[in-house]
Amino acid sequence: MTAGPLDRARGPLTDVPDDGSPIAPPPDSGLPEDAALGADWGSARRRRTTGMGPRLGPIGWLRWGWRQLTSMRTALALLFLLAVASIPGSVLPQRGTDPIAVVDWIDGRPELGATLDRLGFFDVFVAPWFSAIYLLLFISLIGCVLPRIAAHWRAMRQPTPPAPRRLDRLAGATTWHTDDAGVLEAASTVLRAQRWRVTPGRDGEGAVGSLAAEKGFARETGNLLFHIALVLILVGVGLGAVFGWKGTVIVREGNGFANTLTQYDSFSPGRLASTEALPPFAFTMTDFDATFEREGSQRGAPRSFSAQLAYTPEPGAPVQSRVVTVNEPLRLDGAKVFLVGHGYAPHLRLTDASGRVVFDDTVVFLPQDGTFTSTGVLKAPDASPQLGFTAILAPTAIIDELGPRSVFPAPDNPGLFVSAFTGDLGLDDGVPSNVFQLETEDLEQLGLEGLAPGQSWELPDGAGTLEFVALERWASFTIAHDPGKALALAGSIAAILGLMLSLFVKRRRIWVRVDAAPSTQVLPHGASAPVTTGEDPSDGSISAPATVYRVQVAGLSRTEAADVVGEVQQLVVRLGGPVKEASS
Amino acid sequence: MSLAQWSNLFVYASMAMYALAFIAFAVSFAATRPSPDAAPVEGAVASEPAAVSAGAGATAGAVTTADAAARARAEARARSAQLEAEMAAEARRSRWGGGGAPGGSDEALAPGRRAANIGMSLTWLATGLLLAGLVARGLWSGRAPWGNMYEYSLASALAISGVFLAFSLRRDVRWLGLLVSAASLITLGIAVLLLYNDSPQLVPALHSYWLIIHVSAAIISGGAFTVGAAATVLYLIADRAERVPGARISRSIAARIPDATTLDTLAYRTNAFVFPLWTFAVIAGAIWAEDAWGRYWGWDPKETWAFITWLVYAGYLHARATAGWRGRKAAVIGLIGFASFLINYFGVNLFAGGLHSYAGL
Repeated sequence: MTAGPLDRARGPLTDVPDDGSPIAPPPDSGLPEDAALGADWGSARRRRTTGMGPRLGPIGWLRWGWRQLTSMRTALALLFLLAVASIPGSVLPQRGTDPIAVVDWIDGRPELGATLDRLGFFDVFVAPWFSAIYLLLFISLIGCVLPRIAAHWRAMRQPTPPAPRRLDRLAGATTWHTDDAGVLEAASTVLRAQRWRVTPGRDGEGAVGSLAAEKGFARETGNLLFHIALVLILVGVGLGAVFGWKGTVIVREGNGFANTLTQYDSFSPGRLASTEALPPFAFTMTDFDATFEREGSQRGAPRSFSAQLAYTPEPGAPVQSRVVTVNEPLRLDGAKVFLVGHGYAPHLRLTDASGRVVFDDTVVFLPQDGTFTSTGVLKAPDASPQLGFTAILAPTAIIDELGPRSVFPAPDNPGLFVSAFTGDLGLDDGVPSNVFQLETEDLEQLGLEGLAPGQSWELPDGAGTLEFVALERWASFTIAHDPGKALALAGSIAAILGLMLSLFVKRRRIWVRVDAAPSTQVLPHGASAPVTTGEDPSDGSISAPATVYRVQVAGLSRTEAADVVGEVQQLVVRLGGPVKEASS
Repeated sequence: MSLAQWSNLFVYASMAMYALAFIAFAVSFAATRPSPDAAPVEGAVASEPAAVSAGAGATAGAVTTADAAARARAEARARSAQLEAEMAAEARRSRWGGGGAPGGSDEALAPGRRAANIGMSLTWLATGLLLAGLVARGLWSGRAPWGNMYEYSLASALAISGVFLAFSLRRDVRWLGLLVSAASLITLGIAVLLLYNDSPQLVPALHSYWLIIHVSAAIISGGAFTVGAAATVLYLIADRAERVPGARISRSIAARIPDATTLDTLAYRTNAFVFPLWTFAVIAGAIWAEDAWGRYWGWDPKETWAFITWLVYAGYLHARATAGWRGRKAAVIGLIGFASFLINYFGVNLFAGGLHSYAGL
């Protein structure tokens, strides 16, 4: 059988295996698939002509469903469904990235918000419907790839179909005459040296015969590698999600962190992550530094963050020092420590009415805007009477009609604007309360004051003294362990390699046929093959009156727009055939 | 004058040249008068006889007459004839230059050809100036000159023209110049008017050698996606002209560009070339994200839209191979892919925020 039709316009997963072979068509090849489907229907119907239920038996239905799922149309539909399903995840706030924004969004539109929340629109990428789409897509992919691996394996081991009877209709077809009896052998040598897979024809006898050469199996190999690599990536992502863990913690300058569950501000373990055996490292942030753009249109934009850490990989180990910046995490055995955020932590000292120091520490203030106008609270349940403070911190403070605020993120002129309250803070009744909020409804406001570092405020009614000792900083760290990372990376590299092979390698064939020329044939004058009688360079075929051979060479590209003509011409020239004019 | 000012000067000069190139291409387009009754496909065949013989027809000179014996039309022969036709079409197509395009050898097209050649020269000049502007910007800031949206847009315009000019070295693609110069000019206009950034410094997240790798891959992908989309739009027009006899505007445009199959092939090759590069850009971004933010994939809006773009282009490549989807439907998918890319490029920075919104907006 001659080679199949040109395999043009085929995309990555679509290079049909040798269609001249008895291999079943891949599930994406349109017509044959439908035909096969029809056959299934027919046989199933015949089996169950009297049944009242579905006309297909359970196995028939399964086969039908499987064929549907692994068909290219379904894969296409699932690809687009996945793309569309991802859109809400970029439009609506997501719990995974910004849980506070989700709460705000739902608060703003309670009814719509609640409905969307029920449907998982704030956790799109872990929603059941999203998972269903990509799992179906991957099942479809696997169902498509597995049979193709088998088909490709067979195609690679199967000999290339012999030269079609008429070569002159194929690409770059060239015919010439020579008395060189070794031309077929030479063709084989040249092609093998260029890593063509050469199948000698069965019709050969001495110098006469044919060969078929094929190249570019890497195209389908790459195609399959790419799709397998996607599965590897999915497995890697899955491993990370199930066995990995991730937590965030805010650390103030001068304070430390030990890697135990209780020290995290938030912690999200994978379903099967072992949180009892976290790597036992600890660190102290000795210093934090941030710089900002001071000139031009980008004034105020952050320029560098760096956290100086003193850490011990495990208890008892010597303390090591390390600067952690945004692109340079601290790599420890089993976890990485990333610097992800920062803010200000004013050092406050509170003395109550009795003259006792009830608070003397830094307080984390949360930035509210790009100039780091920050808010925070101080609760002093140990003071008598109990005292509470809400405050706005402006690193470069001004006061205008909008109230106190910051005009630059660096601490050029820090100002702390404090509101003092007294009364029952409600911390003694055991109800958990937000450390960043002070419920002021039941409290009595004592007064307002603006403080610079080093200044103190004598609270009204002799309730005590609040001192703004100094302005310190805090940094937030993400600490993560992802055991699937390496696999995902390996899969990604394999995917790119496979993709390049499948898109850039071209599959093509070359045939060479040598037969005895009709006896009337005279070698053309000036033929490139040396016309020398009696001195035949090839042993074995000593034909004293020079036998003239006709050599035919032609190629066939099995991939869209492959330049097999050039390769055919190259071979012709190597074999001493006629030189063609350049055709570009 | 500082290097930054030199850079600005080069960019303005480049914009002026792109504007002139656009005008030249427009003149070429208007001046090209194809013969009214020549359908684009026939025109392509007629004007490229050499290409036909380069394919299957190449046998003609060398085949001996002995083969004439095989006149009996065997089944194999019919098959071969079909092959020949396809090979010839392939060879014709591979030249990319179209029949009525302002590159044809037809004498009647001379005025259009001259303007198109001027347009090409101006595009080279504009691209050279833009490159100079970008290099000056890089020297001034001492880093890769794509650290904010302004610079990213300059580099994108360079990539669009660069991909186009790289094509033009191998094939006659002058008919694409009108869309390409327009795309470059619009990109530069947005950059200069809306995105200008006068700081050489980077935000901390960009202090990484991945800036060079990840962002340059994204920029080149963007340039090639744009050229691919331009070819896709023209393909849809040519396809409409070939299908709908009454489509006068489409037919008028189609008479000046290559036939639909050629355009489809060009669009496919371009998109098939970019897809691995875009995949690499996304993966390089993931590796960078792992170093910067502690996770390699976090469904940040930029990541989400990069993923959507990847999915849609993957769909495009598959659709081209699926019966019933090849051709127009696949082309529409390709354009949806390009729209996703644009949303990722502009929309996410303008509207969505997220971790990638640092870049000067």
